[in-house]
Amino acid sequence: MSASNAAHSVVEPSTGTRRFAGLLVVLYAIITMVPLIWIVLTSFKSPDDAISYPPKVLFKPSLEGYCNVFTTRSRQTQEFIQTLGPPQGLCDNIARSRNMVVAGPSNYVPRFINSLIIAFGSTVLAVALGTLSAYGFSRFRVPLKDDLLFFILSTRMMPPIAVAIPIYLMYRTVGLSDTRLGMILLYTSVNVSLAVWLLKGFIDEIPREYEEAAMIDGYTRFQAFVKVVLPQATTGIAATAIFCLIFAWNEYAFAVLLTSGNAQTAPPFIPIIIGEGGQDWPAVAAGTTIFLVPIVVFTVLLRKHLLRGITFGAVRK
Amino acid sequence: MNDLSTSSQITYRAVPIRPGAIRRIRGLSDQALAWLFITPTIVLLLAINIFPLVWTIYLSFTNYRANRPNAPTLWLGTDWYQSILTDPDIWAAMQVTAHFVVWTVLIETVLGFGLAFLIDKKFRGHGLWTTIILLPMMLSPAVVGNFWTFLYQPQIGLFNYVVAFFTGRGASSFQMLGDVTLSPWAIVIVDAWMWTPYVMLICLAGLRSIPDYIYEAAEVDRASNWRQFWSITLPMALPFIMLAVLFRGIENFKMFDMVNLLTGGGPGSTTEVASITLKRAAFESWRTGYSSAFAIILFVTVFGLANIYVKALNRVKSR
Repeated sequence: MSASNAAHSVVEPSTGTRRFAGLLVVLYAIITMVPLIWIVLTSFKSPDDAISYPPKVLFKPSLEGYCNVFTTRSRQTQEFIQTLGPPQGLCDNIARSRNMVVAGPSNYVPRFINSLIIAFGSTVLAVALGTLSAYGFSRFRVPLKDDLLFFILSTRMMPPIAVAIPIYLMYRTVGLSDTRLGMILLYTSVNVSLAVWLLKGFIDEIPREYEEAAMIDGYTRFQAFVKVVLPQATTGIAATAIFCLIFAWNEYAFAVLLTSGNAQTAPPFIPIIIGEGGQDWPAVAAGTTIFLVPIVVFTVLLRKHLLRGITFGAVRK
Repeated sequence: MNDLSTSSQITYRAVPIRPGAIRRIRGLSDQALAWLFITPTIVLLLAINIFPLVWTIYLSFTNYRANRPNAPTLWLGTDWYQSILTDPDIWAAMQVTAHFVVWTVLIETVLGFGLAFLIDKKFRGHGLWTTIILLPMMLSPAVVGNFWTFLYQPQIGLFNYVVAFFTGRGASSFQMLGDVTLSPWAIVIVDAWMWTPYVMLICLAGLRSIPDYIYEAAEVDRASNWRQFWSITLPMALPFIMLAVLFRGIENFKMFDMVNLLTGGGPGSTTEVASITLKRAAFESWRTGYSSAFAIILFVTVFGLANIYVKALNRVKSR
């Protein structure tokens, strides 16, 4: 904070102040990015480079981590490998250089597909339910409206572990344990509170005169909702959907407690990617990097709505 | 927490319909439509949130064990509650939790507000750098726990290398995740790394909500920069800072994923927060009744604390 020059407006900080502030922020941003950059770099290292000391910044890039995360390999003798035909593809080539052959795909792909199905399924459901409820709360007189809205929000205050015990028992009784449907329903119920609160804010901002006009033109209330309100709310619905998607994509606690094989998503799986002789860090880093990509894209898409989304719409920009 | 929302303050009535239009409106009545729209959400929440909660309350009075579903269930009354509230191990876990909540929230608030204050100076390219800073909080805790475990490896990790480089200590002379005194801080560092941007974002919204004319008036009165900061900036941004503290406080009280991934509660029980104790009781020793009682105690605690805090927040807001 340098003293502001009297010639400048107070609300416009001086150039010196700006530069100094910029310098500090950029410094923080760089420090905060180091772990992320490091994990992406590690994903392209060979296992030896990944565990070398001092840590290597310059190294010969290798796709071994990516191959290891997508395949399972089995160790073979040199003589056996000689009897095989030429290596099939890049991963086979890398595996053979370590006296191994590719035995098949790994579990990462099914876990990743589970993540996709569960995240998208719960997002579609949560946004659909949330849009209807938000419209209901925004436009109609609902008895105990504030209490209902508070109830919807308070479901998020429960520690996940506290809810996980009875949900585990409930799912076991009705046959939903370790199923994708069970996880979709669970994530929908967690996301719907966010969806209702966010979308109510967005729909509140659409002037109700639009629907009145449509209804005077002969639309029913429902038609007015579908043909007038929904198109107006598209941006809000899209932003809400991405927030729900990010939550379901990232969720770890429920996933680790309630899924084991069949419906397990990628987050609880990535930490247990083990290679021969201990943790295969390039493979773990590769699994992590792949998992990061959608989030980075979404963050950039969402930056305008971030604040609203992370605070349930309680703070607006 | 309802009071925090700006939107819920406004109570709408049913849309007034112009007299001439009434004839033309067909289909369901507004009231029927309202229920049709709201009921599915309420039903889902009742099924997946409230029903389990009620079940937890019931289980907390019994000796039920999830791994022995056919054993007879005995009604124990408040036995579990008494034994939990008098158990020194539980109080130790609550202390560890409180330690985490206080330190993470404190560090995140100071750093987050500082960053927001700097970004508010609108230097060139502040939009880009803000987006970059926001990335950590968008990541999965699983992924974050994962790569910090790698960074904290004593022999090969980048964190130890950097600390060794700047302090001259041997890189493998200390273990962030295996040392009794260091491991709680290892988790605090990761949590602060991940969630400072969150506090920053809310504080930034607070700073941007302060109207320029207040500063202009202060300048006319020749108030110093320091004075302006203490009399205008901080008090006007305070409700936002408090909101960030509330959200982070609730989240960190429930903290599970980061601890589970980084230390699993160890070494010993130095990082055993309440959620880890609960997970061990519920899913490792399968003491379902006992863990249900503990879950209820935790929920009541966080709910009670949050409500008290919201009252204070509303008092600050209405000043």
